[in-house]
Amino acid sequence: MSTSIELPVLTPKDFASDQEVRWCPRCGDYSILAQVKKILPTLNIPKEEFVFISGIGCSSRFPYYMNTYGMHSIHGRAPAIATGLKVARPDLQVWVITGDGDSLSIGGNHFMHMIRRNVNLKVILFNNQIYGLTKGQYSPTSPQGKRTKSTPYGSVDAPLTPLSVAIGARASFAARSVDVDINHLCYVLERAANHKGTALVEVYQDCNVFNSGAFDFASKKDQKVENCIYLEHGKPLIFGKDRDKGIRLNHLSQPEVVELGKGGVSEDDLLFHDEKLENPTLAFLLSQMRYPESPEPMGVFRAIDRPTYDDEVNEQVKEVTEKYGPGNLEDLFSTGDTWTVE
Amino acid sequence: MSAVDTQSNGNGNFRTTEQVDAVVIRFCGDSGDGMQLVGTQFTNVSAVFGNDVSTLPDFPAEIRAPAGTLNGVSGFQLCFSSTDIFTPGDEVDTLVAMNPAALKTNLADLKRGGTLIVNKDAFDKSGLSKAGYATNPLDEDNDSLAGYRVHKIDMTRLTRDSVADLGLSLKEADRCKNFFALGLVYWLYDRDATATQDWIKSKFAKRPELVQANLAALKAGADLGYSTQAFTVHYKVPPAKLPPGKYRKMTGNEAVAMGLVAAAHVSGKELFYAGYPITPASDILHELSKLKNFGVRTAQVEDEIAAITATVGASFGGAFAVTASSGPGIALKSEGIGLAVITELPLVIVNVQRGGPSTGLPTKTEQADLMMSFFGRNGECPMPIIAAATPGDAFDVAREAMRLAVEFMTPVFLLSDGYIANGAEPWRIPDLKDIKPIDFKHIKEANGKDGQYMPYLRNDRLVRPWALPGTPGLEHRVGGLEKSDGTGNVSYDPDNHQHMIETRAKKIAGIANHIPDQPLEGPDSGDLLVISWGGTYGSVRTAVQRAQKDGHKVTLAHIRYLNPFPKNLEEVIKRFDKVLVPELNTGQLRFLLRAMFLCDAKGLNKMKGKPFLVSEVYDAIIENLKK
Ligand SMILES: Cc1ncc(C[n+]2csc(CCOP(=O)(O)OP(=O)(O)O)c2C)c(N)n1
Ligand code: SF4
Ligand SMILES: [Mg+2]
Repeated sequence: MSTSIELPVLTPKDFASDQEVRWCPRCGDYSILAQVKKILPTLNIPKEEFVFISGIGCSSRFPYYMNTYGMHSIHGRAPAIATGLKVARPDLQVWVITGDGDSLSIGGNHFMHMIRRNVNLKVILFNNQIYGLTKGQYSPTSPQGKRTKSTPYGSVDAPLTPLSVAIGARASFAARSVDVDINHLCYVLERAANHKGTALVEVYQDCNVFNSGAFDFASKKDQKVENCIYLEHGKPLIFGKDRDKGIRLNHLSQPEVVELGKGGVSEDDLLFHDEKLENPTLAFLLSQMRYPESPEPMGVFRAIDRPTYDDEVNEQVKEVTEKYGPGNLEDLFSTGDTWTVE
Repeated sequence: MSAVDTQSNGNGNFRTTEQVDAVVIRFCGDSGDGMQLVGTQFTNVSAVFGNDVSTLPDFPAEIRAPAGTLNGVSGFQLCFSSTDIFTPGDEVDTLVAMNPAALKTNLADLKRGGTLIVNKDAFDKSGLSKAGYATNPLDEDNDSLAGYRVHKIDMTRLTRDSVADLGLSLKEADRCKNFFALGLVYWLYDRDATATQDWIKSKFAKRPELVQANLAALKAGADLGYSTQAFTVHYKVPPAKLPPGKYRKMTGNEAVAMGLVAAAHVSGKELFYAGYPITPASDILHELSKLKNFGVRTAQVEDEIAAITATVGASFGGAFAVTASSGPGIALKSEGIGLAVITELPLVIVNVQRGGPSTGLPTKTEQADLMMSFFGRNGECPMPIIAAATPGDAFDVAREAMRLAVEFMTPVFLLSDGYIANGAEPWRIPDLKDIKPIDFKHIKEANGKDGQYMPYLRNDRLVRPWALPGTPGLEHRVGGLEKSDGTGNVSYDPDNHQHMIETRAKKIAGIANHIPDQPLEGPDSGDLLVISWGGTYGSVRTAVQRAQKDGHKVTLAHIRYLNPFPKNLEEVIKRFDKVLVPELNTGQLRFLLRAMFLCDAKGLNKMKGKPFLVSEVYDAIIENLKK
C-alpha cells in the first residue's frame, strides 16, 4: 500500500493556457514550449506549484502560454524577481525564461548573481544569437562579424559563451541542448527540473526570421553527429557518424580531436566526462569548445550539489528563531535603554 | 533660567548651579575622534534622565577624509530640554571642538556668549595649517574668540595622564579623549554617567584595559570640571513633562524598520526586504537583518534594480515586501516600480532622501525627491506617497504605508530623509493592542464564470484580488504588458488601455476616502496657512507656534498624505488669505499645490543640505504676513 498522496494525472494539455501562441511560424520557441509541457506532468508536482517568470523578448512571452502561475516581467530582471519569489516561497517550483539579450546583456548582472547564489531555480536560456523582439539586432552571443540591422558592416563585439559565464560564476548545473532535438531537450530539461539549485539550460533556438539556420550545425541530422559531442556522465567523449572520433587532452591539458584506432588511440585515452567534479576547470574547458573551431559538447556539463540560497536564508531564519525564540514585539520595542514618565 | 544655588566643592571654591529649560550642545572633531559616539551617549543619558531630546548628527561623506582637514570634520548636535522640543536647536549653547578644523567649521553656529571647550593640544602647527589658520585662534592676542566663554583644555595630555598606568599605546590612549570631553560636559550639565559607564563596560568587554582607560578618561574629564576654577557655573535641565508612558530613544531608520516588522507581525505575515547599501538608508537593512526571529527575510542583492524586482517577486508570492534606498537607488528602481503598478502588487518603497542630483550630498538632508515620487516613472503611473515628519512618526508612517499597499494592492512610496533617518527623539512605546492588523485576504476560490479566475476583477474600491501561487484553480499570469480588465489577459485594445489608465488612477485617488482629513495646528481660517511635509515638521511647527504666540493668525497644515492629498486640503487652503510652503527643495510641493488647487502659494526654499532653522521659518512667516 502506498502512503503517498495521489496527485491527479496531468498531461501536457493541462499546462496549455487559453492564449493564442504568437510566435512566428516555425520559430524554435514552439518546440521548447512543447517539450516543457511534456516534462512537467512527469515531475509529480501539482500544477499550481509551478511558476514561470520571464523577462522581455520573444522567448519571454512563454509564461502566457502556460496554464500555471506566471509573470512576464521587465527586460533582464526575471532572475531577481524569481529570487525574491523563491526566498519568500521555497515551496514553489520556479522556472525562469530568458533570452540571450535578456540574460546576458541587460540582465547580465542578475544572471551572474542568481548563479553564484545558487537560487533553486530552473532557467531556460533561449539563445537565438539575436534580438528577436526588437526585430533583429545582434546580441551578446552573436558571432563576431555578424551582419544585422544594427551592424550592417558586421559586429565588432567579441561574444560571450553563456555556459562559460555560468560555470565561471560557480553554476551547480549547466547544460545545453537544441530546440528541435526533442528527445535530448526533454532529457536535459528533466535533469534540470530535478536538480536542486540554479539549473541553467541553454537552448539553441532558431529565429527563422532574423537569424535563420544559425544552429544548423547542431540541429540538422546529417551535420549534428559530426559537429556535436553528446555528453554522458562517466563515458568518454566520442562523436562522429561512425563514432570513431574522440576528444583527448594533450600535454597542455587542451582538448584535441583524435581518431579512435589511429596511432594506437583507444577509448581509454579519451577524456571521460564527469559532471560531478567539484572543480569547474574541466566543465569550463568543455564550455570553451565551440563550433566551428571544434566539435561542440551538448548535454549536462556540470551537476553538483551545493547549498541553495533560498534554503540558506530560510534555514537562518529558523536557527535564529530557535536561538532567540520567536520574535516578541513588546521586547523589540523595549530594546536599549528605556525610562518611564509618570 | 530660574533657580540658582551655590555650593562649595570642598576646595574652598564656590560655584553655582543654574537651572535652564533647554540646552543645545554640539560635539565636533575629526571623523576619527568618536564624536558621533559621545553625542549618542549624551543623548541616551539625557533621554533616560527624562529630558526631551532632538538630535542632528552631521558626518562627512568620506569615511576617513585626511585627518585634521576641514572635510574630515564630524559633528553631533543635540538639544535636551525640560519642555517639548521639536528641533535640535538653531544656535549652539556649548560647542566642544576637538581640533582646529572643527572649530573653524562650527564656530559660526555658537551663540554669542556661548561656551566653547577646545582641545588646546590639537592646535599645533600642523593642526592649524590643515585647518587653514594663519595664526592660532587660541592665542591671547587673537580676538576671534572674543565674546565666547572659552575653555582651552589640554585634553590630549590630560587624557594620556589619566590612562598612564594602563600600558596602552599612545594611539590607544589618545582615542580615549572623546570620553574625557564627554566626562567634562557631563559634569557641566549635571548628568549621571552610569549608563555610559555600563556601555563602556559591555562595549570593550573583551579588552579590560580599554574599559579601564575609557572609564578613567570619563572620570578625569568630570574631575577637571569639579576641581578647576574655570567652570564657575554648571547647569541643570530638569526632566520634561512628556505624556506618561514607557519611553526609548528612536531614530528614523530604526522606526521604519520596527514599524514594518510590527505591521507584518500583527497581520500574521512575514516581511521580505531586499536592498542595496546606500547612505542614509542602509541602517534599515541593518536593523531588519537582525530580526530574523520575526521571520524577516532580508536579501542584500546586487543592485537596486534587483532589490525592487525581488520585492515584486516576493509580493507575488504573498509576502509583505519592502525595499529602501536613497535618490540614486530610487532612480534605478523606477522601471521595477512601474511593474508593481501595472501588476497591482503591494509593496513599500522607502526613500530616505539626501542631497541631489546624482550622488549629490550623500550624508546631508534634502526633500527634492517629491516630484520623482509623483512622476518619476514612464507612462501614467500613479502611486500613493506618504511622508514621515519625525523619527518617531516614521514608526506609524511605515505601518500606514504597508496598510495602503496591501489594502489597495499597490506599491507605496514612504518618504523619509537623512535628518529623520539619523536624528533621534524620545519615543513612547506603544501599547501592542493599538497596533492594528492590516485587513487583507488571499482569494481561494475562482471569482469568474465557469470556475475561471479573474485576476483583475475589482472590488468596490477598484482593488484586484491577491491570489497566491500554490492555490489550485487560480493559476494566472501577470506582467508588464497592458492587461485586459477582469481577465488579466494581454490586451492591445485602445479602449481598454484608456480604461485601465483611468481605473488605476481612480483607485489611487480613491484612497483619499480611507485616510484622515488634513489636521490643522491653529485656527481653521486666518491670514496665513503654512503647509509643510516631511522632516521639516519640527522647525516649521516651532516657528508657527512662536508666530501664534506673537498674536499672528497663522496655522500649520503639515501633510503626511501627499498622494492622494487629504480630501479637505483644497477647501482648507481656500479659507486662508495666504499660503507659505517651506521646503528643502526649490518648491516641489508648492508647484503641485499651485497646479492642483490654483492657489498662489509662496515658498521658502533652502538647499544647503541642512534642516531649517526655526528663525528662518519664523522670519518668512512674518515677511509673508506683511506682504
Ligand atoms: C529596458 C528595456 N530596454 C529595451 C527594451 C527593448 N527590448 C525588448 S526585447 C529586447 C531584446 C530581446 O532579445 P532576447 O533577450 O535575445 O530575446 P528574443 O526576443 O531574442 O527571444 C529589447 C532590446 C525593453 N523592453 N526594455
Ligand atoms: S522573431 Fe524570431 S525569435 Fe521572435 S518569434 Fe519570430 S522567429 Fe521566434
Ligand atoms: Mg535572442
